[in-house]
Amino acid sequence: MTEKNMPLWEVFIRSRTGLSHRHAGSLHAPDAEMALQNARDVYTRRGEGLSIWVVPSSAITASDPADKDTLFEPTASKVYRHPTFYEVPEEVGHM
Amino acid sequence: MYAQALNVAEQATHDDPEKLARFQARIDAEEKIEPNDWMPEGYRRTLVRQVSQHAHSEIVGMLPEGNWITRAPSLKRKAALLAKVQDEGGHGLYLYSAAETLGVSREELVEQLHSGKAKYSSIFNYPTPSWADMGMIGWLVDGAAIMNQIPLCRTSFGPYARAMIRICKEESFHQRQGYEIVMTLARGTPAQKKMAQESLNRWWWPALMMFGPSDAASQHSDQNMKWKIKRFSNDALRQKFIDATVPQGHFLGLTFPDPDLKFNEATGHWDHGEIDWAEFNRVVKGEGPCNRERIKARIKAHEDGAWVREAALAFAAKRAARKAAAKIAAE
Repeated sequence: MTEKNMPLWEVFIRSRTGLSHRHAGSLHAPDAEMALQNARDVYTRRGEGLSIWVVPSSAITASDPADKDTLFEPTASKVYRHPTFYEVPEEVGHM
Repeated sequence: MYAQALNVAEQATHDDPEKLARFQARIDAEEKIEPNDWMPEGYRRTLVRQVSQHAHSEIVGMLPEGNWITRAPSLKRKAALLAKVQDEGGHGLYLYSAAETLGVSREELVEQLHSGKAKYSSIFNYPTPSWADMGMIGWLVDGAAIMNQIPLCRTSFGPYARAMIRICKEESFHQRQGYEIVMTLARGTPAQKKMAQESLNRWWWPALMMFGPSDAASQHSDQNMKWKIKRFSNDALRQKFIDATVPQGHFLGLTFPDPDLKFNEATGHWDHGEIDWAEFNRVVKGEGPCNRERIKARIKAHEDGAWVREAALAFAAKRAARKAAAKIAAE
């Protein structure tokens, strides 16, 4: 069957709010241009976005869920990275 | 539109008990399970089945309504119906993508639908002989689908939950446009009102069957609840749908084809008559009024569209070859 060759693409959309492109989903298409056109039809039927990125799914390198604990452990112990770690007298007001 | 709890018997699997316990602990902590995470084989299989049946339901669900696109009574209705059917195609694609993250290919899924191995919601095996049916599908079928799909936005498998959030956002337009069609007919000429009533008489019971077998007969609800694939039982969702829908019908001066339908002051719910499960089982097993026609239409659409897929691939190859040639020439 011909479709075995139909590559998978990940679709990212930037909404009107000006935030970063955000993952919307995926789709199959023969090449990047057609993936963009399909993404327009499948993921932006109601003015969801102002910009679309399509990326071949095979091009994404992902962290291994099994490594989650070791990978993110260093962040857990660094409370001084958060504003609430520091004490500011109430009289100073909001900071 | 809708995934039906068809409850096919699941074979026992032999998963590592320690991994299984860790998996259940994650579910209990309301963590989402993602495609690359470890999961029990039964969980994977249940999800592939449920998500793909849900996708098939969306795709087959385009057919009963597609029947009326060329004969919609006004341009406004035609545009709305086209948009709704297009949404259903989109919903099918979101769901196929979610199923594919579990390691099954699109081709396999389509093949399962065409060969009859995979099921889809029984509701789409009923015919749509009148325009009022377009209203009834939006109001009742999409209404029932929304009842079922809102809790699925919190289902434990991440890609499925995310697809459902997107679908639910789009689905409320479907139900409102359906109700508006029914309302227009119910407030129209006596013949139009009769058409609406006749359509409601045909769709009411099949719509209630969409929630799947009653809890007493449902074989797999327990495990699916434990895995938080499902969050409410079939009967609980069905009751919610009846309670929401009956007053909407009475508002239009329509009656429901159930002599036992009665508001129960004590429980605050609408009591209803017995559902004809023999009919449900017949339709699920392929003996509904339109089962053969639906699958035939799907296979024909797939085969007739083969040249488009082949042309797109050939065009992509040609474009890539041209780009490569231009690059060589430039060097």
